[in-house]
Amino acid sequence: MSKLTLKTEGDTHIVVTRRFAAPPDAVYRAHTEPELIQKWLLGPKGWTMPVCINEAKPGGRIRYEWRNGKGEGFYLTGEYLELEPYHRIIHVERMFLPDRTPDNHVETRFEADGSGTLMTMRMTLPDAQTRAAMLATGMEGGMEASYARLEGII
Amino acid sequence: MQMNLDAAFSALADPTRRSILARLATGEATVNELAEPFEMSQPAISQHLKVLEDAGLVTHRVDGTKRPRRLAKPGIEAMDQWLAMLRKALEANYDRLDALLAGPAQSKKEHAMPEQAKPKQSKKEH
Repeated sequence: MSKLTLKTEGDTHIVVTRRFAAPPDAVYRAHTEPELIQKWLLGPKGWTMPVCINEAKPGGRIRYEWRNGKGEGFYLTGEYLELEPYHRIIHVERMFLPDRTPDNHVETRFEADGSGTLMTMRMTLPDAQTRAAMLATGMEGGMEASYARLEGII
Repeated sequence: MQMNLDAAFSALADPTRRSILARLATGEATVNELAEPFEMSQPAISQHLKVLEDAGLVTHRVDGTKRPRRLAKPGIEAMDQWLAMLRKALEANYDRLDALLAGPAQSKKEHAMPEQAKPKQSKKEH
């Protein structure tokens, strides 16, 4: 059973939730400490993150670069707006694929849930069109059917 | 897969165009046939088809005065590969994070603490 949920909210938001067995401070650190981020935020097998800059302070920079060892790669840049250890992170990010995608404003909350954590990531895209494109790229699978199936799992 | 993924995904951002693709997934169709289920003029459908063709998702052949449309397999497959990679990435990432959080790599044993306890101020590590 999937622990991931994905929903749209209004015209421009995407809300993703995921439960973790570990407590909020551990999950928070896994999102803000480069040496931890480089161990999990990797994508499919074969991809690595040789560059991981994460300055976890207001105004701090984020830069993740991924490579697949076959000459392909892409990167993400961002800036932190607010951090409230170990509960809340607000940052802005965009991908370079290689073209720059519109800014994604992300609020991530880490709430205690029993002995674990409920993580809620609320993304705000500039407009409905961008959100639709993002759902298509990230999760929708380009087809209504897969999206419905994903919602069904949720 | 050096097709224009940006164009493909922005083409998909429109529900009419997704419906057109769904229809073409069942087989070739003319503009008139495609326009039928929609309350839309044929030129409006043609405009959507142009966006889909420019994005590499739809192609056509010439059959007398008709130009039947069909899915452009290479474009759809390239996008499919990309999407599969991203979906797997999202799932794989969090599975990996679970393993990381459960494993010895976790630097402190705070998960044993009662949840009411205030989290320790962790030393700044960079």
